[in-house]
Amino acid sequence: MRTALGASHLRVSLFITCYNDTLFPATGQAVVRLLERLGHTIDFPLEQTCCGQMHYNTGYQQESMPLMRRFVEIFSDAEAVCIPSSSCVAMIRDHYPKMAAEQGDPGLARAVDELLARVYELTELLVHRFGLEDVGAYYPHRVTYHPSCHSQRSLHLGDLPLRLLRKVRGIDLVDLPNSDRCCGFGGTFAIKMGDLSAAMLAEKMKDVENTGAEVVTAVDTSCLMHIFGGLHRQRAGVRMAHIAEVLAPTEKDSDGALA
Amino acid sequence: MTIRVGDSANAKSFQKAALPLLEDAQLRKNVRHATDVIQRKRGIVVGETPDWQELRTAASAIKAHTMGLLDHYLMLFEKACTAAGGHVHWAADADDANRIIVGLVKQYGGNEVIKIKTMTSEEIGLNEALEHEGIRAHETDLAEVIIQLGGDTSSHIVAPALHKNRSQVREIFRERMNLPNLSDDPEELTAAARHYLRQKFLTVKIGVCGANFLVADTGGVSIVESEGNGRMCLTLPEVLISIAGIEKIIPAFQDLEVFLQLLPRSATGERMNPYNSLWTGVRAGDGPKHFHVVLLDNGRTGVLADPEARQTLHCIRCGACLNTCPVYRQTGGHAYGSSYSGPIGAIVTPQLLDMRYGQSLPYASSLCGACYEVCPVKINIPEVLIHLRGRVVREQKSALDLEVLAMKAAAAIFTSRARFEAAQRLGRIGQWPLVSHGWMRNLPGMLGNWTRVRDLRALPKQTFREWWKTRAKTNPPASYSTPLRAARKLAQDDDPNA
Repeated sequence: MRTALGASHLRVSLFITCYNDTLFPATGQAVVRLLERLGHTIDFPLEQTCCGQMHYNTGYQQESMPLMRRFVEIFSDAEAVCIPSSSCVAMIRDHYPKMAAEQGDPGLARAVDELLARVYELTELLVHRFGLEDVGAYYPHRVTYHPSCHSQRSLHLGDLPLRLLRKVRGIDLVDLPNSDRCCGFGGTFAIKMGDLSAAMLAEKMKDVENTGAEVVTAVDTSCLMHIFGGLHRQRAGVRMAHIAEVLAPTEKDSDGALA
Repeated sequence: MTIRVGDSANAKSFQKAALPLLEDAQLRKNVRHATDVIQRKRGIVVGETPDWQELRTAASAIKAHTMGLLDHYLMLFEKACTAAGGHVHWAADADDANRIIVGLVKQYGGNEVIKIKTMTSEEIGLNEALEHEGIRAHETDLAEVIIQLGGDTSSHIVAPALHKNRSQVREIFRERMNLPNLSDDPEELTAAARHYLRQKFLTVKIGVCGANFLVADTGGVSIVESEGNGRMCLTLPEVLISIAGIEKIIPAFQDLEVFLQLLPRSATGERMNPYNSLWTGVRAGDGPKHFHVVLLDNGRTGVLADPEARQTLHCIRCGACLNTCPVYRQTGGHAYGSSYSGPIGAIVTPQLLDMRYGQSLPYASSLCGACYEVCPVKINIPEVLIHLRGRVVREQKSALDLEVLAMKAAAAIFTSRARFEAAQRLGRIGQWPLVSHGWMRNLPGMLGNWTRVRDLRALPKQTFREWWKTRAKTNPPASYSTPLRAARKLAQDDDPNA
């Protein structure tokens, strides 16, 4: 079956990520709304929890192993897995194969390999799998895009997210200066090296504020939680929106201008 | 074994050492300015090199090959260097190397040495060892002169005095060279340094240098530099002693073709270094009469033994990872408490010390990957950092450490849907004393590090999965009108059995 926008109808399994599930349900709701609007069916396996990134990157590699197995088991039959978080995709792509190999379980290693080809970060799914740049969105706000480190240096998304954003109706998209510089989140880095993270955040907030944007967006809610957390503390009048929240609303939606 | 990396055994943790540096507005401005300038220059000369990625791949392959056959190439180097009239010494650790060098200086009857381009000597604490034996060491690299005269320590592996601006340099020179009328004009400053250094070049009989590359097939040693002070140090003394880590070896003279394109572009943003010195043994009537090479292990074979982290030894000390690092940018090099700073220092120092010291260093990174992107020999620094974090947790942390307990608890939650959902509900209920107007501004314990500078939105009334479950119950997935759903609906309407 073909959808209105050209891509074949797909059953998309959503891995929402633990922090979006718990802290930012609006991100997931926007992903569901966007993908359904584009004619796809969403499957949300309720057994899912966390990809293991926090444990793995903090040095608790042993603890992340069962989380890797869990992810692979839950999604092994998925047609396509959509993950609205580049750092979780990076965790899966960059580390799962090695982790599986270390387990000395050829079946697991094979399962990881097979699954990897079907794992997509949200904008990869839209542009690479669906061949879309214009998703019919309407978002009448001044927006700046923060390219997260994992999206740039691990997933090599390049301008994929910007290509999608440029086609959004009503958007006033402004370049973020020094956009290749890390915002200072870094997972547990933000806690363990709090003062360093704060110094890096100060630079990033200055750059965001200088754009005059009312909304800062990214493909990772985690960086946004950090950047927006700092901006909110300062009552800066800038808010965050995951890229799905920018791409989901249309002109027909009553909440388009409010999204 | 006395493996030592500068004074890192006594250094404060990274986060503690960073605090006074973060307060130093002048230092931070100097570091930002200097690293921005070098990065801009690097960007230009890398951009004009069409085969840059191929060069990186070649360098990485040469280094990986060399590390696999390190013993072979070291023996080859020893043979060729000896045949050319040089002497090769093997030093297992810092004390060993210091003993050899002090012995050589005494053997040649010296009581002072001039030094150039040797971070390795900083690693082993050579100046202190020489001083202990009454031998005075004079640094001759301009930045090292500033550091030595200022009683300071290096903050960058290529530009050790990068944290000082010229008016600060003027103050040091004014006082230590006794030049009360010195201005901060760069030419005047370099003229003062030149006058100070020429006296040393012309009178001191023994030179100590490092090495950028040890060439196995010829026995040659290569040093690249910008000032020419190195060239003086390498050619004027009667005795030259080179101290080099065993990882500095490259198999063949031809390999320099790759590295001499990568190194200057990465280090100083130059197509070629102004001074490229390459010498093999000794030659009558030309340069030093006696040449010694001290090959230093000091923990390197331990790094070599770890296949996951071995790539650390590929480093050619260009400093590009420091210049691009957003963490280094905030503090400069002193926070790393070692002669090696920045991302590469964060993986070199603790490994040389077998993770017994410098355990905070692998955590001094947001894992942003900028270092890996610029590394001319493609060291995947973030990967090694993560590996070393694992070693810290496995080898150094007590099972009762609060972080360990918290991480184990989190892992237990994440391995069960029931526990995960219970934790989500508990969090929502338990957060109420911390929430004000929908936000948390003052979290307890370790999480307080978050709310010191950032607000955190309270856990929402409904998690995503709760929304999904309600939606599935009350509103089968047709809440958004789509062509597909419209078509389905039509098909259903038309179905007489529906």
